[in-house]
Amino acid sequence: MAKKSVIPFGPQHPVLPEPIHLDLVIEDETVVEAIPNIGFVHRGLEGLVELRDFNRMTYIIERTCGICSFGHGMGYVETIEKIMNVEIPDRAKFLRTIWAELGRMHSHLLWLGLLADSFGFESLFYQCWRVREKILDLHELTTGGRVIFSVNKVGGVIKDITPEMQKAILDTLTEVEKEIRDLQRTFMGDYSVQSRLKGVGVLTKDQASMLGCIGPFGRASGLPSDMRVRGYEAYGMLDFEPITSTEGDSFARCDCRIRELYQSINLIRQAIAKMPAGDLFVPVKGNPDGEYFNRIEQPRGEALYYVKAEGNQNLTRFRLRTPTFANIAGLCETLKGADLADVPILILTIDPCISCTER
Amino acid sequence: MGILKFFPDVLKNLVSKPVTKNYPAEPAVYPERSRGHITIDIDDCISCGMCVRSCPSSTLRVNKAEGLWAINRFDCIACGYCVEKCPKKCLHMEPGYQEPMPNKSEEVFRKSPEVMKAEAEKRAAQLKKAAEAKKALEAKKAAEAAKTAQTAEKAAE
Repeated sequence: MAKKSVIPFGPQHPVLPEPIHLDLVIEDETVVEAIPNIGFVHRGLEGLVELRDFNRMTYIIERTCGICSFGHGMGYVETIEKIMNVEIPDRAKFLRTIWAELGRMHSHLLWLGLLADSFGFESLFYQCWRVREKILDLHELTTGGRVIFSVNKVGGVIKDITPEMQKAILDTLTEVEKEIRDLQRTFMGDYSVQSRLKGVGVLTKDQASMLGCIGPFGRASGLPSDMRVRGYEAYGMLDFEPITSTEGDSFARCDCRIRELYQSINLIRQAIAKMPAGDLFVPVKGNPDGEYFNRIEQPRGEALYYVKAEGNQNLTRFRLRTPTFANIAGLCETLKGADLADVPILILTIDPCISCTER
Repeated sequence: MGILKFFPDVLKNLVSKPVTKNYPAEPAVYPERSRGHITIDIDDCISCGMCVRSCPSSTLRVNKAEGLWAINRFDCIACGYCVEKCPKKCLHMEPGYQEPMPNKSEEVFRKSPEVMKAEAEKRAAQLKKAAEAKKALEAKKAAEAAKTAQTAEKAAE
């Protein structure tokens, strides 16, 4: 039996620009155990609710993450709306859904690029990000920001998607869909991609369920956990099914995310077709008083929001649990028995966002 | 022949234009809604301070006496909340991002002397009017008090 030794991975590592530290206990080239350590970029966003009023906090909360920023803003205002019993107009619900799905597409395309980069397929990385750029242009056209949207407010949304913009979105989606098919051909059919991903980091459905895995990471193991089926915003009025795989390996996670891109395109088309005319927001007066738990589906999985307010301008408590935090336990399980060379790919397959996790 | 899968893309990339722009030689084109930087029509500003109270990153400063509105552009997160809150709609979000600078500094806007003078005159007139109103009210109260006292005296007699 080989001697066990510990290799530190991170907090600074070329494959991941974000700081997570893992102590990898290895025997020869095989990882026996991974001990995670986070807490390098804690920013205290949750504590800020005591200093800024709840409307100002909307713009700070959405800066929790640079990728799923719209979802965080949406989850936060939705929680406050539930406390204040505000029913937002249907058009605002559809607009939020469209932006959330555009955000999911840009997040998944970014992840696909990073995955290609992690196994050294540089040209595929650039192809993915070229497609993603078109989605970012749509963000800028409709909201004014490429990454941070700043369109949510308690009671609805600030900006509308005009018919010309809807046409631009649909035209771009047609182009993007074609380009994603090309990317899918390479991801799914290329033997070098398959040799790096197939059978790597297998997580069974039972393990995923026991470890509380969520999002595409859990769905790839056959766990149909998708908060969108809860029907928040306009999802209840749209037709879709959670996308799952049964294999539970890295290849299945890649496959799940690519199929979710088509699902998002489909959802945006449905939402644009069904979007009713009407107001963008309802005026909201007063301060929230009460507490509420809310769950929404971010590109990386289920995010949980807890808000407690006592009738003041400032909230008493805000708590945000991001999907990466829930998936770290699953990640450590998949790392057991993996080759040392596969560790960067496995860390990427949970789509980690450490700054999100530490808020 | 897996290696030839990208061949059409390679040919396309060889003959097509670059995806990126030759910025800054070729200027960037921003959509109309692009949130680049905040501008102010300073002479329309009433120095109410709503923008200061709404700013999530506390980057604004207003001084009513000096007619001053200042922004630290490097702290501004271009969220647009001040533009939404401004009661006079004198704040605007314009495309075009903050240019790099050697040091962080505050950009200060001051009202023109004519506007300051007009505002001072207006304020003086308002104060004068208020003082007159107060004086009239006091005189009325005194008259009423005298009348009440007279009536009480008469009743005592």
